[in-house]
Amino acid sequence: MRQIGLFDAGTTAGLKRQSSLSDAGDTRTIQAGFRNVVFYPDFNNWWSSASQCLQENVSPSKVWWTENRNAARAPRKSLAMKESAGFIQEATAASCHRSEDRWALLYSILWRLTHDEPQLLELSGDPQVAKLHQYAKAVARDVHKMKAFVRFRKVEGESPGCVPRYISWFEPQHFIVEYAAPFFKRRFSNMHWSILTPVGCAHWEGEGDLWFSDSVDKDVAPDGDQFEDAWRVYYKSIFNPARLKISAMQSEMPKKYWKNLPEAKEITALVASAEVSTQRMIKQRKVADNFHCGARPAHPDQIVHQQIQATDGSSLQALRLQASLCSGCPQSVAATQTVFGEGPDNARLMIIGEQPGDEEDLHGKPFIGPAGKVLDAALKHAGIDRRQCYLTNAVKHFGFEPRGKRRLHKRPDASVVRACAQWLQQELSCVNPEVVVYLGATAASTCFGPQVRVSRDRGKLIYKDARQHLITTHPSSILRLNRGAAQQNAYLQFINDLKLCASAVGLENKARLMVNKH
Amino acid sequence: MNTIEKLAILADAAKYDASCASSGSSNRNSLSGKGIGSTEGSGICHAYAPDGRCISLLKVLLTNFCIYECAYCINRNSSNAQRARFSVEEVVNLTLDFYRRNYIEGLFLSSGVIRNPDYTMEQLVAVARSLREDHDFRGYIHLKTIPDADGDLLANAGKYADRLSINVELPSQQALVNLAPEKDHRTIKLSMARIRTRREEHVADKRTKKISSNLTPKQNKPPKFAPAGQSTQMIIGAEPSNDASILAMSSNLYAAYDLKRVYYSAFSPIVDSPTALPSIRAPLVREHRLYQSDWLMRFYGFSANELVEEADGGMLDLQIDPKLSWALRNRHLFPVDLNKASRELLLRVPGLGVKTINKILKIRRWQVVKLADLIALRASVKRAMPFIVCAGHKPVEADYSSEKLRAMFVPAAEQLQLAF
Repeated sequence: MRQIGLFDAGTTAGLKRQSSLSDAGDTRTIQAGFRNVVFYPDFNNWWSSASQCLQENVSPSKVWWTENRNAARAPRKSLAMKESAGFIQEATAASCHRSEDRWALLYSILWRLTHDEPQLLELSGDPQVAKLHQYAKAVARDVHKMKAFVRFRKVEGESPGCVPRYISWFEPQHFIVEYAAPFFKRRFSNMHWSILTPVGCAHWEGEGDLWFSDSVDKDVAPDGDQFEDAWRVYYKSIFNPARLKISAMQSEMPKKYWKNLPEAKEITALVASAEVSTQRMIKQRKVADNFHCGARPAHPDQIVHQQIQATDGSSLQALRLQASLCSGCPQSVAATQTVFGEGPDNARLMIIGEQPGDEEDLHGKPFIGPAGKVLDAALKHAGIDRRQCYLTNAVKHFGFEPRGKRRLHKRPDASVVRACAQWLQQELSCVNPEVVVYLGATAASTCFGPQVRVSRDRGKLIYKDARQHLITTHPSSILRLNRGAAQQNAYLQFINDLKLCASAVGLENKARLMVNKH
Repeated sequence: MNTIEKLAILADAAKYDASCASSGSSNRNSLSGKGIGSTEGSGICHAYAPDGRCISLLKVLLTNFCIYECAYCINRNSSNAQRARFSVEEVVNLTLDFYRRNYIEGLFLSSGVIRNPDYTMEQLVAVARSLREDHDFRGYIHLKTIPDADGDLLANAGKYADRLSINVELPSQQALVNLAPEKDHRTIKLSMARIRTRREEHVADKRTKKISSNLTPKQNKPPKFAPAGQSTQMIIGAEPSNDASILAMSSNLYAAYDLKRVYYSAFSPIVDSPTALPSIRAPLVREHRLYQSDWLMRFYGFSANELVEEADGGMLDLQIDPKLSWALRNRHLFPVDLNKASRELLLRVPGLGVKTINKILKIRRWQVVKLADLIALRASVKRAMPFIVCAGHKPVEADYSSEKLRAMFVPAAEQLQLAF
């Protein structure tokens, strides 16, 4: 059956004539050159008619869109339109809108999109586009409310063993039943359900396809469900009378929906008693300190203190536990945890960095982030076994600046380094290494003071306080260089410095420190 | 005590947790399964209580017995509140029965701490496990994580739940010492770090498996870990911390643990509250301003220290919103030309939201932006006008002194009282 070019306008029962956007009234008769399109009012059928009109170059001012629920329905086909993929999505939503001018609006926009205005949908200020957005948004909101406010009531099957059906009565603002129904199919796919509305009904039998039927009266729907009492109890209990904000509730749950929401019956009483309940809460203060739920647990710090007492008090393990509770500098406030040194307590080589970074902070281990990987590689090249070294930092808490979802490294102030120095000193005296390597200026300053210059003082063994010391760059400074010769050189120099340290370790300990290459 | 009586007690006990989100999880539905449920990105609020808060999840405690003594909490050890405890099965059935009737998006389960953190966490995980494994429930699950609970329990929690959360409770360690003597930011942050790490491991797994394997897509999928991420909550107004320290705390948490949300919960009077707490009405306007600031930090490029002035005692202006307040303190940057300014600068204009700005930028590619466009976009044109230049509009400086603007936007006195 032809749907386009049907000129028997207005005679079929159930026909609703709609004027085109540019027409002044709706009573004029169809003149020569005008096209009256009679179609089943859904997006798919409009689209197939609209495509044909477009092909035949019928301008928007010459088309009448006439809805007819008895019109033949075009077969559903996939819609592809190169000109504007976004149009179909938005137009599908807008086509569910209540307003009568939607079909003419859609055709006019489609016409313009295909006639030298392909960018039209980006011009949100254009009156027609603004209207399209507005319609699509209103429909999206209505669909959202349907997803939210449908309340199923369970109806047991008529005979035993028969599956129950969940039935809801809902009153949408727009023609959204078919558009919104697939959501309920995806969510309740193993239930049998029906959503009844004044603009048509949707049904699902637990398998197969969704099916739709004509509108019914409200009294067809069940009038209650045994679980609604529990739901109302929940609604009452979750309400906090001290936060009464009726307007906020109504802007999201307008009164027009209340009649079909079982919980809405409680609203009036809840609002009325809110002030009294709040006053009671403000005034009624505590009388006694009786514990009702058993003994209170120890504070997490106390547990650490107990662990410290179980150690001999001077070991690295005791130090580590003590340091885990340190709040001696501002960096301890924002950081996750103390990142204490790691390695054997008789290590001959000690490596000191600046401070933990993001990954070290999360895992509580030193040198496991990007700079740690550079250090690992360099140690390997220098033939040094990382597991035989003691690795630590001058500052034990990560100092950072928050930037959105990332933490940017912040160089520690001298005061922070001073506050943290006690831990480093105790690590040094516990481990008592032969050689200490300082990575970067912050680390070096802990031994040589603020006047130390890495570029000037690096790469030589310095004998001080009965052990050898060596200053070198921090691996993160190598990472910051641009890839290329400069970075390669810096890396080689770093390896050479590490080799020099290894050579300084006493002969009897060297075998242990070095990776066995055979 | 029957289930409904328990529900009354254990929902009442759970209502002080502000979180209700059911959004941002993985896309799934029950078409391929035996059970019910779906999550499709955006959350759904199934009802609103007269406090204006959305009801999206069945938010209950497993039990309100609690050995902790947090002064601000209705469930603290010494509270005279009536106690109850759900069985695992009761919570599972309530969730399913509510879900089938489309009352909820899923479950938000928390608990008072009974015996010890591990035992409590085990119970919470048992509910989530039963919903997922016994009933193939594919709706949303949010589990409260008990700090200090064992790592394996956490791993299971993340396997079954869409979202995990641990509350930092108060903005400073000192405040915790005073009001929540068993809690500690150190252990709370450690738990948050564990969750972030687990989530990242999952993503990394996914990447390596994608590159190197000939498994079928289904086998190839590593188990998800809390796909909707983690969130936390801070109580506002129970102790003297100022907004500057609250926002600094938030931006540190967002940066460190990849939090999806920080919730601010205005301290609300509770029955039988200890004398250490202020006897006040919930500071709802302050809470609102903090949420606005939080939004500005996450989506508009503001940093915490731009939003609050030390001169104001580190407190946000209660009368006007923080974006307008910032604009009034930085008049030298305005007016901004809608046709030339960068996105970053447009985001700073009062009255223009992210969506409006995206649309303006699109229009700009084709034609000059006019004031009429803003009106068609339904932006807050009145609010924006003093701060913008565009075709057909240039603000007259004389009309817009900062004092005049402030007066223009401060709500009338009585309205403000109502808002309190």
